Amino acid sequence: MRTRVVVTGMGVAAPNAHGLENFEQAIRGGVSGIRFIPQLQELNFGCQIAGVPENFDDIRKSYFDREKLLSINDNIGYASVSAVDAWKDAGFELNSEDDDTVDWDTGVIAGSGIGGMDTIANIIVPVINEGKVRRLGSRVVEQVMSSGTSARISGLLGAGNKVTSNSSACSTGNEAIIDALWRIRMGLAKRMVAGGSEGATPYIWGGFDAMRVLCRKFNDNPPAGSRPLSATACGFVPGSGGAMLILEELETALARGARIYAEIIGGYVNCGGQRMGGSMTAPNPEGVKRCIRGAVADAGIDPAQVDAINGHLTATYADPHEVRNWAEALERNPENFPYIQSTKSLIGHCLGAAGAIESVAAVLQIYKGFLHPSINCEDVHPDIEKYAQKIPQKCLEFPQMKIIAKAGFGFGDVNSCIIFKKWEEK
Amino acid sequence: MDEKKIFEEMINILRPFAKNQDLLETATMDTHILNDLKVNSARLVDVIIKCEDVYDISVDDDEADKIRTIGDAVRIIKQKLG
Repeated sequence: MRTRVVVTGMGVAAPNAHGLENFEQAIRGGVSGIRFIPQLQELNFGCQIAGVPENFDDIRKSYFDREKLLSINDNIGYASVSAVDAWKDAGFELNSEDDDTVDWDTGVIAGSGIGGMDTIANIIVPVINEGKVRRLGSRVVEQVMSSGTSARISGLLGAGNKVTSNSSACSTGNEAIIDALWRIRMGLAKRMVAGGSEGATPYIWGGFDAMRVLCRKFNDNPPAGSRPLSATACGFVPGSGGAMLILEELETALARGARIYAEIIGGYVNCGGQRMGGSMTAPNPEGVKRCIRGAVADAGIDPAQVDAINGHLTATYADPHEVRNWAEALERNPENFPYIQSTKSLIGHCLGAAGAIESVAAVLQIYKGFLHPSINCEDVHPDIEKYAQKIPQKCLEFPQMKIIAKAGFGFGDVNSCIIFKKWEEK
Repeated sequence: MDEKKIFEEMINILRPFAKNQDLLETATMDTHILNDLKVNSARLVDVIIKCEDVYDISVDDDEADKIRTIGDAVRIIKQKLG
């Protein structure tokens, strides 16, 4: 019989809240984490709003000593704080660095979409261009290497199994969770810290602004800017932050009496090959549907069993296409369609962190039995009007929810889908 | 500038880098920066940069390579300051 994998701990640093309790309260209340960013105005960005975790410098300082803080940039900070929170939430202690014990059974897969761009822009480029390369010191490599987040987390936890960082654009966070799921299923690790993070910097967001895919019409009303599923959606709002989940072999979790949030019963990743309507920036619908069907098949469920969808849903032209892809993949019509929501309506699009933060939202909702409102879509897009009653406009108590599907799609035509199931003792 | 003052400043410079914080309080000129204070060897370049900034001096790579103890650093700084 296949090894079963459960979620036993979570940590989240989102634009609308840090920490699980605050995050639950924020998503239940439909609290937006989107704010006006004066720096973006000064730099003449079209989009001058973004989702950035609040007071995070202070939060970071309360977690790490001075030595570590010197080499923890935005991206690594969100990842590290989330990992420490998740680890403790799962019932583990942080061992001191004097303790030489290595936990050979725990690994880390922590990804980013773009990564340490603030360090590159603010330190590496100006210092090298001034001819002062020597003054870079010892701390920039560990902050800009693609595996900077997982490397830092491994050091904090003493994790000695596979430690790596994945990257698949906006699918990164989901992909990390799915890769971790497989590693545990294969019997190669007992538990994995899995998730994603993304820094908050104009140097990450500038390229998207130049592509004109960011929201430009709500600079004077930031909380209304992120409008997935809406007729007046006009591009995504960039976000940042991080989240980590502790995935654990069911047997190990039960043996130590761990609190179980949910079971991960299915996962699938693929790519549309940038064919059949897919491109570097647009998904091949066939790839999306195959990915969703692949996750459902891996979960061994009937598509009719899916109670809710936490979509990718970014607030671009692609949202109505996504809804139709879900309907076709799950063979559901507007009448028997599952509930569908976008966590991005509250936090913006957190890029490499999106899948991880939104998976925390999905798991919290199935654990507590509710669906958060998908805000800013009172004017549902006309192409999906028939599905309007399936989009929660207010927080919905839904204790009978058993299965929620979480998807993420990214540049490069990459797709990912996870199936979470409510944990029931028997 | 006398050695005692430079020594005291060196302790401040080393503070964020030393894993063995307790020893900083009783360190001497013979205290080994890597072995005793448990400074990560990769961070020595950051210690040198900090010394250069604090004293407005330049320490070349050969000189930096010779620094083992707090005293080694103090003597190089003192010599540079004339």
